[in-house]
Amino acid sequence: MKSVVIIGAGPAGIRAAQTLVEHGVRPVLLDEAARGGGQIYRRQPANFKRSAVKLYGFEARKANALHQTIDTLREQLDYRPETLVWNAEDGTLDTLHDGHAARLEFSKVIVATGATDRILPVPGWTLPGVYSLGAAQIALKFQGCAIGERVVFAGSGPLLYLVAYQYAKAGAKVVAVLDSSPFSAQARALPGLLSQPATLAKGIYYRGWLTAHGIAVHQGATLNRIDGEQRVQSLKWSDSNGQHQLDCDAVAFAHGLRSETQLADLLGCEFAWNPLNRAWLPTRDNAGRSSIAQVYLAGDGAGIMGADAAEMAGERAALALLEDIGYLIPPQRPAQLEQSLKRIGDFRQGLERAFAFPEHWAAEVADDVMVCRCEEVRAGDIREVVREGHWEINRVKAHCRVGMGRCQGRMCGAAAAEIIARESQRPVSEIGRLRAQAPIKPLPFGLEIEA
Amino acid sequence: MIEVDAVIIGGGIVGASAALFLGKTGRRVALLERDFCGSHSSGVNYGGVRRQGRPLSQLPLSQKAHAIWAQLPQLIGINGEYQRSGHLKLARSLNDLHALQDYADSSQGFGLDLQVLDRAQLRARFPWVGDVAVGASYCPDDGHANPRLVSPAFAQAARRHGAQVHEQCVVTSVEHDGQRFRVRTQTGLEVHAPWLLNCAGAWAGNLAAQFGEPVPMHSGHPAMLVTEPLPLVMNASTGVEGGGIYARQVARGNCVLGGGQGFALDNARARPGQSAVLEILRQAVELYPFLEGAQAIRTWSGTEGYLPDRQPVIGHSRTQPGLLHAFGFAGAGFQIGPAVGQALTEIICSGASKTSLDAFSITRFHSISVA
Repeated sequence: MKSVVIIGAGPAGIRAAQTLVEHGVRPVLLDEAARGGGQIYRRQPANFKRSAVKLYGFEARKANALHQTIDTLREQLDYRPETLVWNAEDGTLDTLHDGHAARLEFSKVIVATGATDRILPVPGWTLPGVYSLGAAQIALKFQGCAIGERVVFAGSGPLLYLVAYQYAKAGAKVVAVLDSSPFSAQARALPGLLSQPATLAKGIYYRGWLTAHGIAVHQGATLNRIDGEQRVQSLKWSDSNGQHQLDCDAVAFAHGLRSETQLADLLGCEFAWNPLNRAWLPTRDNAGRSSIAQVYLAGDGAGIMGADAAEMAGERAALALLEDIGYLIPPQRPAQLEQSLKRIGDFRQGLERAFAFPEHWAAEVADDVMVCRCEEVRAGDIREVVREGHWEINRVKAHCRVGMGRCQGRMCGAAAAEIIARESQRPVSEIGRLRAQAPIKPLPFGLEIEA
Repeated sequence: MIEVDAVIIGGGIVGASAALFLGKTGRRVALLERDFCGSHSSGVNYGGVRRQGRPLSQLPLSQKAHAIWAQLPQLIGINGEYQRSGHLKLARSLNDLHALQDYADSSQGFGLDLQVLDRAQLRARFPWVGDVAVGASYCPDDGHANPRLVSPAFAQAARRHGAQVHEQCVVTSVEHDGQRFRVRTQTGLEVHAPWLLNCAGAWAGNLAAQFGEPVPMHSGHPAMLVTEPLPLVMNASTGVEGGGIYARQVARGNCVLGGGQGFALDNARARPGQSAVLEILRQAVELYPFLEGAQAIRTWSGTEGYLPDRQPVIGHSRTQPGLLHAFGFAGAGFQIGPAVGQALTEIICSGASKTSLDAFSITRFHSISVA
């Protein structure tokens, strides 16, 4: 029998599962992680005993609620943790679990694949000791490890202040926070941000807390380079006052998040350019229906809106799915969810203004900076291919291998697109979209294949 | 309106090499490519540069191509990662080994220098080959190259020799007014020429049909995958007698493997599909045990034209003077492509190809009714 499937057990996937179960549907919930919660509410290994408040701070209540939901639902779900969906085609998902490849036919699927950091490389970013903001946070939440003893946080986006705060609270020495967005942008964004005063207050709180604890917070600060022999030893940054140096043994950096859209692509969903996310995203209606009748989209994987929105979008998509298979859904709850999602959407507009994308990056990044780590492609290699007349991103990939490696462009794709756009003097929306190809993550030879 | 000596439809390796060779003789050429030059089969194929295993009728042309490949950097300005690694065709049974021996015997005189290896010789010379192989036939001067680089470079080189290369240029109509062809494109271009070269790959059938000679061509979608970089182990490109999978290792260490059929996404794009990918993974560890535990990082496919006898159509149209066809290479056009471009050039410049093209005439389908 064909299953109703949810991919991803983060905030969106868990709420979707809960909603389906409440209506008597038993979905299959596939998740790469060992324990549900997603990245934001990632759970520590079972034998770790830190309190939720310690792990999730202000979000402890939400994290607890979500974890309890998945724990309670377990028996009512076909929950398959540590399962990678590596391919999708024609109504089936191809999974990999513990060295076994299997197929799963679906009647409906909710894609809740989440997001990863958006990385804009700087010289030295491949040195040991350099992490993305999300990875720095995972190290702390999951394993209780700090990425270093003297850490600098750089880039932009809400995660910047949150992770710096979490590190300082956990006892790590936070050397500085380098926020690339200027204060003026954040002041201009304030009206939009006021639509979610609680979230805004948290952001202000983190920053205030850092300053009150003597941690330097610089705005309009550009991370120029990271230096070190075997690992990070120092970095250089600049602002309107000139260039500065900081000694540190670890750096966490990112410029916001990017959606994980490969599965939506393999499932055949239509994509459209989304200026707010500065990315191609699978299109969806307000309820989360994609362009493909069997496919629903929820959470950050379909556009960055954060964990609260993901919970709502998961529930909303599940209600849409139920409606589409014949359940009678009273209109109040969907309307309420859509309204709340719209409010968060407005807030997102403000956030994007506050943490403006550093448009100058692509012009300034030096030719010798590694952009694609997997295939060792530097900014100059990409520019050279563009100068030969190529501007379509898949053609540039074919010529210089950018995005061809293990990560399939998930880490370098956004940066490569910016460089191609700048060098070919086209808007970044006009250079095409990296086509997704299976396997979404590496697939081992010698796996066992279930008939 | 553009007036040229020859208009070529299709910027794959065949069309682009024809544009290059014609350009070198001073002919005025327009090359029209619907997408980007070398972005379909010519650019996404396995990358085998192989004569071994081809039908004997193709070997004269294939030998010509072999000579062209030897001059690749001079011709297109890059080496395209071309290396004469040797090509090893493996036999999984004694019957298959006999078939390889028969081929080696019958292809003698074409200059392939095939060496048939028994199990012990195979083990001694290629210890990385798995025990399922009972022997092999080795062609020392065959090899492989990077199609993503080589095929577009032919178009670039053609451009340097004066060819007008138009990419993202969909042909909307082709007519012959009794003296010359009039080709119109979606971009508003109109090209007039006495010669029209149909090098449109898997999509060439439409043009042939328009001129009253339909062909029973269908599309195939070979499944391909690549591993992460591995220590250098494979010192030959490989295939298997009787079909199955094929594999090579590039200088960077990645192993490229192909085999089986994928599926079409639409008229132009294809994916390898789950079953072909898993089948490659399964067969690979038998044939190349060192791959056990390695990771496949990417898969892809393309769209290739196949005729029922798996032989291409090359040469004159029998219904329309001035029309030349070159398509239907059945997934094996990469090596031979440049020689086909050269043969078409010879037809235009000196009235006939120096290599016989009789076996590839489109007339072999004239008596067949095409559904």
